[in-house]
Amino acid sequence: MRFPAQNSRRRAALPAEAPSRHREVRGPQRTRSLFLTVVLAIGVGTACLHAEVPVAVGSKSFTEGVIVGELTTLVLRAAEVPTEHRRELGGTRILFGALEAGEIDVYGEYTGTLAEEILADENVDSLSEIRDALGRRGIAMTAPLGFNNTYAIGVRAEVAEELGLRTISDLRAHPSLRLGLTNEFMDRGDGWPGLRQRYRLTQENVRGLDHDLAYKAIGSDKLDAMDVYTTDAEIAAYDLVVLEDDLAYFPRYEAVLLYRQDLVTRHPAALAALDQLPGRFDEARMQGLNGAVKLEGRREEEVAADALAEVLGLTVTTDAPSLTDRLGQRTLEHLFLVGVSLFAAIVVAIPLGIFAAARPRWGQVVLGAVGIVQTIPALALLVFMIPLLGIYAPPALAALFLYSLLPIVRNTHAGLVGIPAPLTESAEALGLSSGAQLRRVGLPLALPSILAGIKTAAVINVGFATLGALVGAGGYGQPILTGIRLDATPLILEGAVPAALMALATQGLFELAERRLVPRGLRGR
Amino acid sequence: MIALEAVCKSFSGQPVIQGLDLRVDRGESVALVGPSGCGKSTVLRLILGLLRPESGIIRFDRRALTRADLLSVRRRTGYVIQDGGLFPHLTARANATLMARELRWQPEKIAHRLAELAELTRFPVDGLDRYPTELSGGQRQRVALMRALMLDPDVLLLDEPLGALDPLIRFDLQRDLRAIIRRLGKTVVLVTHDLSEAAYLGDRLVLLRDGAIEQQGRLVDLQAAPASPFVSRFVAAQRTHLVDEPSRAQGAAR
Ligand SMILES: Nc1ncnc2c1ncn2[C@@H]1O[C@H](COP(=O)(O)OP(=O)(O)O)[C@@H](O)[C@H]1O
Ligand SMILES: [Mg+2]
Repeated sequence: MRFPAQNSRRRAALPAEAPSRHREVRGPQRTRSLFLTVVLAIGVGTACLHAEVPVAVGSKSFTEGVIVGELTTLVLRAAEVPTEHRRELGGTRILFGALEAGEIDVYGEYTGTLAEEILADENVDSLSEIRDALGRRGIAMTAPLGFNNTYAIGVRAEVAEELGLRTISDLRAHPSLRLGLTNEFMDRGDGWPGLRQRYRLTQENVRGLDHDLAYKAIGSDKLDAMDVYTTDAEIAAYDLVVLEDDLAYFPRYEAVLLYRQDLVTRHPAALAALDQLPGRFDEARMQGLNGAVKLEGRREEEVAADALAEVLGLTVTTDAPSLTDRLGQRTLEHLFLVGVSLFAAIVVAIPLGIFAAARPRWGQVVLGAVGIVQTIPALALLVFMIPLLGIYAPPALAALFLYSLLPIVRNTHAGLVGIPAPLTESAEALGLSSGAQLRRVGLPLALPSILAGIKTAAVINVGFATLGALVGAGGYGQPILTGIRLDATPLILEGAVPAALMALATQGLFELAERRLVPRGLRGR
Repeated sequence: MIALEAVCKSFSGQPVIQGLDLRVDRGESVALVGPSGCGKSTVLRLILGLLRPESGIIRFDRRALTRADLLSVRRRTGYVIQDGGLFPHLTARANATLMARELRWQPEKIAHRLAELAELTRFPVDGLDRYPTELSGGQRQRVALMRALMLDPDVLLLDEPLGALDPLIRFDLQRDLRAIIRRLGKTVVLVTHDLSEAAYLGDRLVLLRDGAIEQQGRLVDLQAAPASPFVSRFVAAQRTHLVDEPSRAQGAAR
């Protein structure tokens, strides 16, 4: 289970306290512990003792990133450093942000990305300049792991042999070669246009197409050359020769590990463990590892363990969690996301709805505001939350919370406003205080509408919570995300089917609740 | 007990009550009659403080009504509207005892009072646990009456309490209501547009027209000495009904 508390685990020493587990909202006690959890989740956080906080390894959301993450995790574990792998957290900005914020301790990055993207303003070039710039931010960098994952030109082995192609310069002599380039590469200034100029290439037969399609095309002899990433597993699979960048046109994207400088004080053994990796993984090896995952469908963890055994002679055991374990874990994570956000939304939205009904003018403002929140695409909302709340559960909870507001506020408002005038008049004329009117008459009469609003929010939430995996919040979205990355339908179903079932169960549960909570006199009206 | 002094009320600039003066003495039963839209319901709402007059004074037990008195005045007043205004989410019992429970009466006291009222209003005890939708129209009015009487109020305001009932049930309820009013000796303001009902249930008739009193007195006064052609027309329009029950109408007017 991923606890939101880990988000702020560096905010030290509160007494250790087990965060309350989160299941369903029922009864005042559960309610209270859930509420506490919300509070914890949204900010305060539970602190653990220093030594008990494991190293958090992050990884980017693509196969090579996850493999590097697994290599890092396993090499640390082999040195008996307690370590957790937070897989597929997102892209460069999220990972680097998380590292700076202390939400993760280590992750794999590329020197090119550091120079061109992360440190773009500082005009760094050499490794030592990069290292200095990072050092000023409290971040350290290992030596390169050994592979340079940059753009390159791959040529069918037959063609290369026949024409004697070894370097990109050699292409100049063969203007009639058929080139297939990814659209991105065609458009980027530092892609094809620049390459063509630098090497004075004259090929006219150049087509723009999708990366995977280009591999298929070159595999069926429809192309002679294409742009590749130097660690693409397909290079070996399709028997391509990578031409040497003899004029050093492409920037170098050397893989390195970035880690927080304070790691050494917390886990002195970690640095030595990490130092085993640099220089041991060249492009060919990385191609093989990528291929084992992408083409053979093996798990990253297994592939990484085998590689460590082969390269470093380390024996690390990987325990593949069973399907039930995985499902159980994700179900808890998913329920946590849905339950906490929904509970918080109920606590906030019902009073807002009551307020909106009591003060029509302000009510319009409130309804408008929660309506606008709803128009923000879920994904965008999640992204907006990252700078504010970091990664893991908090941004997902906040986004889900905001999304749940509208149906509940609107239905509470509609339920109250829709009460027939004679009933509100009778309640008032009885001499009930305005609070008692609300408690004894208004809310009970609006109950069916409010429940329907909560049901809608809950069902929507179950679906949206799958997006939580994008920020490392876990849940059913995790296998979906991995499944999409690996194009593996069974994995996608492993997340999608339980999510659908949970949505149905939620619906059923609420219908049951409606039957139990709504008095006979209000039903079937 | 209740006095309206030069009360004016308008809705979005449209005057509805225009300088109304009305006194209802303790133990008196007054019937407000008049064509629909003449402001009868508005008078009751003003008395309860559900509406606030633009000008004029409303007195309850001689005290001018203030915001601070509202809750206590309402609790000393039972109010029944046309279709009962029963809360659909509560059973007959819960409807009738709502206010007593809110005031945290002892359960025994509540049960005792409820039994008393069920007998008074001749409401069948086995209907107490039914929801309003499961009751007949007449039974619903009896529940509304129980609810209005629960706290043993000094004043009863009845706004066309029998308007929606079919004639036979209405006949029964009229009789029961009259017995209750007589027996409890409460101060009653009753709204109806039916002159015979007004004469039967009220000691005094107040005929309203466009938010002002056109004439008041006993039915025989209105018949014998109509203050205006409007009064004659109003009385004449309802004569057919009166013929059916001359003795009853006479009796009511005494
Ligand atoms: N809340 C209100 N807003 C606007 N007009 C109202 C309101 N209540 C009553 N009126 C108007 O005031 C007039 C008197 O209404 P009411 O006292 O209900 O008449 P009655 O009970 O005699 O039929 C009617 O013309 C009615 O349309
Ligand atoms: Mg009326």
